[in-house]
Amino acid sequence: MSSVRIPPTMRTATAGSKVVEVAGLTVREVVDRLVTTYPALAAQLLDGDGEVNRFVNVYVNDTDVRHLGGLDTPVDDRDAVVLLPAMAGG
Amino acid sequence: MAIESAPRPATPSDEAVPHPVAFNRRVVGLACRNCRRPEALGPSYVCPACLGPLEVVYDVGAVRAAVSRAAIEARAAGLWRYLELLPVEAPPERGLAVGSTPLLRAARLGASIGIDDLLVKDDTRNPTLSFKDRAVAIAVAQARSFGIDTIACASTGNLAGATAAAAAALGMPAYVFVPAALEPAKIDHALAYGATVVPIDGTYDDVNRLCLQIADETGWGFVNVNLRPFYAEGSKTLAFEIAEQLGWRSPDVVVAPIASGAMFTKLAKGFDELVRVGLIDQRPIRFVGGQAAGCAPVARAWADGGDVLPVRNPDTFVRSLAIGNPADGRYSVELAHASGGSIEAIPDELTAEAIRQVARLEGIFTETAGGVTVAAAEAARRRGVIGDGDEVVALLTGNGLKTPEARLLGEEDRVARPGLPGLAPVIRPSLTAFETWLEGHA
Repeated sequence: MSSVRIPPTMRTATAGSKVVEVAGLTVREVVDRLVTTYPALAAQLLDGDGEVNRFVNVYVNDTDVRHLGGLDTPVDDRDAVVLLPAMAGG
Repeated sequence: MAIESAPRPATPSDEAVPHPVAFNRRVVGLACRNCRRPEALGPSYVCPACLGPLEVVYDVGAVRAAVSRAAIEARAAGLWRYLELLPVEAPPERGLAVGSTPLLRAARLGASIGIDDLLVKDDTRNPTLSFKDRAVAIAVAQARSFGIDTIACASTGNLAGATAAAAAALGMPAYVFVPAALEPAKIDHALAYGATVVPIDGTYDDVNRLCLQIADETGWGFVNVNLRPFYAEGSKTLAFEIAEQLGWRSPDVVVAPIASGAMFTKLAKGFDELVRVGLIDQRPIRFVGGQAAGCAPVARAWADGGDVLPVRNPDTFVRSLAIGNPADGRYSVELAHASGGSIEAIPDELTAEAIRQVARLEGIFTETAGGVTVAAAEAARRRGVIGDGDEVVALLTGNGLKTPEARLLGEEDRVARPGLPGLAPVIRPSLTAFETWLEGHA
C-alpha cells in the first residue's frame, strides 16, 4: 500500500483524510483505486478521457512523475505519492 | 529620453486616493479560468471543481462608471492610481512606493537590434529593484484583509527581496524559500529586510512544490501560492502604466520575459481591461515572450505546437526565469499564438551580450531576465513578428546589480587605456601618477 497525500481542495472527497493508503503497482493503478474508493475524487482528479487532470501534478517521493515513467511509474509500499494543484508559483 | 516624466511614487499615506465605488460592487469575486465556476473572495487559488486557476472578476460596468483618464492622471504616482482595476479595497496605510516607473525611448538600442521604434519600461527602479514589488503589493494588501499574519513565498530571486521588504514595511514576519544555488546578492537582499530565508537543496520547482505543502499546513500567506490570484493582478499595472504613458493607447508589440507566465498573461489582461472599461481603444497587440534556452518549456511548446513539458534540470544563468514547470505556460503559448506574437529561446551568451548593449547604449543595467527580453525582441524582429515601423515596448523587469557577474559571460573586463574603457590599474593618489599612466598609453 502506497501512502497518498491529498491536498486540502480534495479532502472533502476523502472525508477529510489528509493521507490515505492505496494499493497498486503503478501510479495509474493507485489513481484508479483511489477514485474507486473515493468516487467523488473523479471529477477533480480525472479529465474527460480518464487521464489525470492537467491541473493536478503527481509526485512520487517528491519527484514529478513526468520526470519518471509518468502514470506507469512503479510504486511499492515504501513510496509516498503526493497530489498537488498545478497552478502555483512564479 | 523619457516620454513621460516619472516622479517617484508617493507613499500611500501621502495622498488619499479617491475611492468612489464600493469594493464589493466593483470586485465581484473569484472565478475559475478553466470552468468559469464562481468562488468567493478569499485566500484560495484553485477551483474546487476542476483545480483550474482562480482569477479576480470585476464588474466592468461599475468600474467603467468609476474611472476616467482625468481622475487617474490627477492621482499621486504609483500603482494605487489604478485602484478600481485592482482587487484591493483601499490603498494600505503603510507600504512601499511601487510603480510609475519610466517608459523610455531607446533609439540607440533600437538601431542596434533593428527595431525602428523601441521603448523600454524601466522596472529596475521599483523599491526592491524588480517588477515583483507590483505583485507583492497587491498580495500583501489582501493578506492583511484576510487576517493572515505571516507572509511567505517561493522565489527564483527577485520575489525574495520584494516579499521581504513588503513584509518589513508592514511589520509582518516573512519566510522566503529559494533554491540554494541562487545568486548571493538576492539572498543577501532578502536577509537585509529581516526575512527568514530558507535555502532548499533543489530546483525552483522543488521549492514551489514544498511551498504548496507548507501553505496547506501553516496557513501562511504565500504570495505566489494561496494569494496567487491577487499577486498576479499586480502585473497588470505594467500594462496600465504603459498605456497611460503612451497617451492612453496600446503599443504594437509588448516583449516580456516568461518564467511561470503569470506576468506575461496578465499584461494582456491589463490591456484588455483598459479597453473594456473605456480607457483605451482596442488595437491588436502582439505579445512576444523570452525564455532562457536552458529552461524553455514554454518556448518549445510554442515552436512545436505540443504540450508544455516540464524541464527537470534547468541549465542557465538566468535563474530568475528558471522555472521548469511553469503554471501559466499553456496560457502563455495560447496568448503568443492568438496575438501573432512569438516565444523566443535565448542562449545565455546572447543574454549577456544584450545586458551589455542595454547598459552601454541606454544607461540601464538590467538583470538577466532583461537581457533575455531584449534578445527576444531582436529574435522576433528577425523572425518577422516585429515589422518595419512597429512601436515595441520591452520590459526591463529587474536591476543588473542582482546578477552582477552575468555581464561577463563572453567578455572579460578589459584593462582600461585612454580612449578604451575598462578597469584601469591601481595608481597612487597623485596627479603625477595619473599623468604618467595617461602618457604611458597615449
